[in-house]
Amino acid sequence: MFDPVALPLIFAALMGVSILLYVVLDGFDLGVGLLFPFADEGERDRMVASIGPFWDANETWLVLAIGILLVAFPVAHGDILTALYLPVAVMLIGLILRGVAFEFRAKAPLGHKRPWDAAFWAGSLMTALAQGFMLGMYVMGLEWTWAKVAFALGTAGALAVAYSFIGAGWVILKTDGVLQRKAVGWARGGIWGMVLGMGAVSVATPLVSARIFDKWFRFPEIVALAPLPLMSGLLVALLWLALRRLPTANDSFAWFPFAGAVVLMVLGFFGMAYSFYPYIVPEKLTIWQAAAATESLAIILVGTLVVLPMILGYTVLAYVIFRGKATKLSYD
Amino acid sequence: MDTLLLSRIQFAANISFHILFPTITIALGWVLLFFKLRFNRTGERKWMDLYLFWVKVFALSFAMGVVSGITMSFQFGTNWPGFMETVGNVAGPLLAYEVLTAFFLEAVFLGIMLFGASRVPGWLHTLATFLVAFGTTMSAFWILVLNSWMHTPAGHELRDGVVYAADWWAIIFNPSMPYRLTHMLLASGLTVAFLIAGLSAYRLLRGDRAAEVATGLRFGVILGAVLIPAQIVAGDMHGLNTLEHQPAKVAAMEGNWETQGNVPLLLFALPDEVARENRLELGIPSMASVILKHDPAGVVPGLDDFVAADGTVLHPPVAAVFWSFRVMVGIGVLMLLVSWGAAFLIWRRGVEGVPRPALMGLTAMSFAGWGATLAGWYTTEIGRQPWLVQGVLTVEQAVGDIASGMVATTLVAYLLVYAALLAAYVGVIFHLARKGGRYDAPVASPGMQPAE
Ligand code: HDD
Ligand code: HEM
Ligand code: HEM
Repeated sequence: MFDPVALPLIFAALMGVSILLYVVLDGFDLGVGLLFPFADEGERDRMVASIGPFWDANETWLVLAIGILLVAFPVAHGDILTALYLPVAVMLIGLILRGVAFEFRAKAPLGHKRPWDAAFWAGSLMTALAQGFMLGMYVMGLEWTWAKVAFALGTAGALAVAYSFIGAGWVILKTDGVLQRKAVGWARGGIWGMVLGMGAVSVATPLVSARIFDKWFRFPEIVALAPLPLMSGLLVALLWLALRRLPTANDSFAWFPFAGAVVLMVLGFFGMAYSFYPYIVPEKLTIWQAAAATESLAIILVGTLVVLPMILGYTVLAYVIFRGKATKLSYD
Repeated sequence: MDTLLLSRIQFAANISFHILFPTITIALGWVLLFFKLRFNRTGERKWMDLYLFWVKVFALSFAMGVVSGITMSFQFGTNWPGFMETVGNVAGPLLAYEVLTAFFLEAVFLGIMLFGASRVPGWLHTLATFLVAFGTTMSAFWILVLNSWMHTPAGHELRDGVVYAADWWAIIFNPSMPYRLTHMLLASGLTVAFLIAGLSAYRLLRGDRAAEVATGLRFGVILGAVLIPAQIVAGDMHGLNTLEHQPAKVAAMEGNWETQGNVPLLLFALPDEVARENRLELGIPSMASVILKHDPAGVVPGLDDFVAADGTVLHPPVAAVFWSFRVMVGIGVLMLLVSWGAAFLIWRRGVEGVPRPALMGLTAMSFAGWGATLAGWYTTEIGRQPWLVQGVLTVEQAVGDIASGMVATTLVAYLLVYAALLAAYVGVIFHLARKGGRYDAPVASPGMQPAE
C-alpha cells in the first residue's frame, strides 16, 4: 500500500471523495444562500437555521481537498492555482462574505440585517459562480482563450443553478408549510439549469480532448458506461414527476428531491473522474508525475486512516442530532 | 511594484487579519468551558449569563477565523508555489494533520456547542465545548510547529534542492517550537483576558449592574494579572532561544550594529540602514548585554556580522523589526501595570469601588492583545527575512509567476473587505456589550437556549 504506484492513486481517490463531499454538502448551503432573494425575512431566518449547525463543517471539506492537493500533489497545486488565480480570489472573497454575514445578521443591531442578508446572497453567488468557472476552465485544460472563457462562464451559471437546486431540495426536506411549497417551486425552476449544465460539460469534455473522446466512445467501454447517462436521464424524469406532486399531505417523499440531486451530482462526478483519470493537470501531469515523496504520503495516510472514520462518525452524529424540521431560531 | 513585494504584502495582510480571530478563539474556548463548568457546579445564573454573552463573541470570532483561514490555505498555491515544491514533504504532513485533527473537530462540535444545547444531554454539550476548545488549541499547535520549523528547521535532509523529512520527532519538536507555542498560547490568554475585562468595564461605565458584569471584570483582570508575568518570562526565554538560532534577528530587535560587550538596551532610536547606525539613541547602558547574556560585559552579535564580503546585506530590515519589538514589549509592560493596578483596586475596594478613570483605562485596553500579538508576529516574521525557511529557501525563490496587476487588484479587494469586516466586528462586539445582560428567558438546567 505504501509503494509509489498505489499511494498517489489512494490520495487522488481521497481528494476526489473530499471534493465530492464538498460539492454536495457546501452545495446545499450555498444553494440556500442563492435562494435568499426569493424568500421573505421570516423564511430567511428559518433557512439559515436549517444550515446553521452544518455550514462550517461542510466548508472544511474544501480545506481538506485543497490540503490534499497541496500536500500530495505539490507540483500540480502550483500549476492549477496560479492558472486560476482570479477565480480563486473571487471565490475566497465570496466565502468570506457569506461565512461572516451568517453570524453578523444574527448579532447586528436591528435594522442592519438586510445589508448582511444581501452580503450572504452575494457571497454565495460569488462562490458558486467562481467554482463553476474553475470547473469550466479545468475541463478546457486551464487555457485562457476567449472561447474557453466563454464556456467557463456558461458552467459558472450552470453550477450556480445546480447549487440552488440542491439547496431547494434541502429546504423542502428541512421545512414545511408555505416555505416548503415555495421551495418546490424553486426546485422546478432549477432542475432545467442543472440538466443543461451537466449536459454541456458532458458534451464538451470529449470534444476538447481526443483522448477523452476515445475513452468514452470506444467498444466495449461504451456499453459499460452507458448506464451513467441513462441513469441520470431516468433520475431527472423521476425528479420532474416528483416535483409536480410535492409537497404531499403527510410529507412523504420530501427527502426525494435532495437525495435525487445528490445522486445526480455523484453520477456527474464519476463521469468527470473517469474522463480525466490519470491526469491531474489535464493532459499535462499525471497523478504519479505530480505526487510528493512516498515517505511523506505514507505518514499522512496512516493518520488519515485513523482519523477519517472518526470525522465521518461525528459528522453523521451531527446530522442525527439536528435531524427533523428546522425550527425558527430566536435571534434576540 | 513587483509581484514579489505585492505577494508579500498580500500574505502579510491575510495572515494579520486571520491571526486576530484565532487569538481570541483559542483561549476563549477554554474560558467558555470554565464558565460552563462553574455553572454546572454552582447553578448560579451569572455564570450562564457570562457563557451566553461570550459564546456569541466566540461564534462571531470563529466564523471570521474560519473564512480568513481558508484564504490562507489557498495562498500557498496561488502566490507561493515554490514553498510547497521545496518543503512540501515537511509542511504537507503538518498541514494535513492540522486539518484532520483540528479543523473537523472544531467545525462539527461547534455546531453542537452553539445550537445543540436543547437537543443533547448536558454532559454532551459540555463535552462539545471541551472538544471545540481542544480543537482550536490543536490547530494552534500544528500551525506553530510548521511556523517554528520555518524559523529553526531541523530533522530534514536536502536532496536535489528538495527537502525530505528524516526525523519527524526532530521536526515537530524543533528548537523554537516550545517557546513559540507557549508564548502564543499565553498571548491568546492575555488577549481574551483584556477583552473580557475591557468589555465588562465598558458595561459598568454604562451603568449595567448585572451580576455577571462584576464577575466578568474580576475574571478578566485576574486572568490578565496572572498571565502577564508568565508571558514576560516566556518572552525572555524565547528571545534567548532566538539569539542562539537566529542571531541576526536579535541584532535587529536590539538595533545593535556592532558585535560588542556592554550593549545598551535601547528605549528609542531611529535605525538608519544606509549609514548603518542609529540616530537619536536613548538607552539603558549595558542592559541588553545583561538580558541576553546575564553579564554587563557580555558580547552580543551585531548586524555588521551579517553583511557578505561583496556588500550583500544578509540581515532583516532593521527599523521594522526594532520597532515592532518595542511595540509588543511596550504593550506587555502596560498590561502588567494596568492588570496589577486594577487587581489591587478590586482587592481594596471591590468592583463597585473601581473609579471611572480606571474603568476607562481598561476599556481602552480591550483590544490591546491584538496590538501586541501582531507586533510580535511582525518581529518574528520580518526578522526572518530574506529567508522563508531559514537557511533553506528564500522568499524570492518561492514566489509564483503571476502578473503583478492581478496581485495588486486582489490585494486591494482583500484590504477593502478586511477593513469593512474589522469595523463591523468591533462595532458588533460593542453593540452586544451595550445590550448585554438581557437574557429574559429563564435558565433552568445545564441545558440552555440555543446560543444565537
Ligand atoms: C505556515 C507558515 C506561516 C505562518 C504560520 C505565519 N507566516 Fe508569516 N509568512 C510566511 C509564513 C507563515 C511566509 C510564507 O513565509 C512569508 C510570506 C513572505 C515572507 O516573507 O514569508 C510570511 C511573511 C509574513 C510577513 C511579511 C514579512 C515581510 O515580507 O517582510 C508578515 C508581516 C507575516 N508573515 C506575518 C505573520 C503573522 C502575523 C503570522 C501569525 C499568524 C504569521 N505570519 C504566521
Ligand atoms: C499560514 C498559516 C495558516 C493557515 C494556512 C491557516 C489555515 C486555517 C484554515 C483553513 C482555517 C479554517 C478551518 C475550518 O474550516 O474550520 C483556520 C482556522 C484556524 N486557525 Fe489558522 N491558519 C494559519 C495560521 C494560523 C496561526 C498562526 C494560528 C494560531 C497560532 C492559527 C490558528 C487557527 C485556529 C485556532 C483556527 C480555528 C478557527 C478559529 O478559531 O478562528 N492559524 N486556519
Ligand atoms: C513584555 C515582555 C515580552 C517579551 C520579552 C517578549 C518577547 C518576544 C520575542 C523575543 C519574540 C520573538 C520571537 C522570535 O524571535 O522569533 C516574541 C514574539 C511574539 N510575541 Fe512577545 N514578548 C513579550 C510580550 C508579549 C505580549 C504581551 C504578547 C501578546 C499579548 C506577545 C505576543 C507575541 C507573539 C504573538 C509573537 C510571535 C510568535 C512567536 O514567535 O512566539 N508578546 N515575543
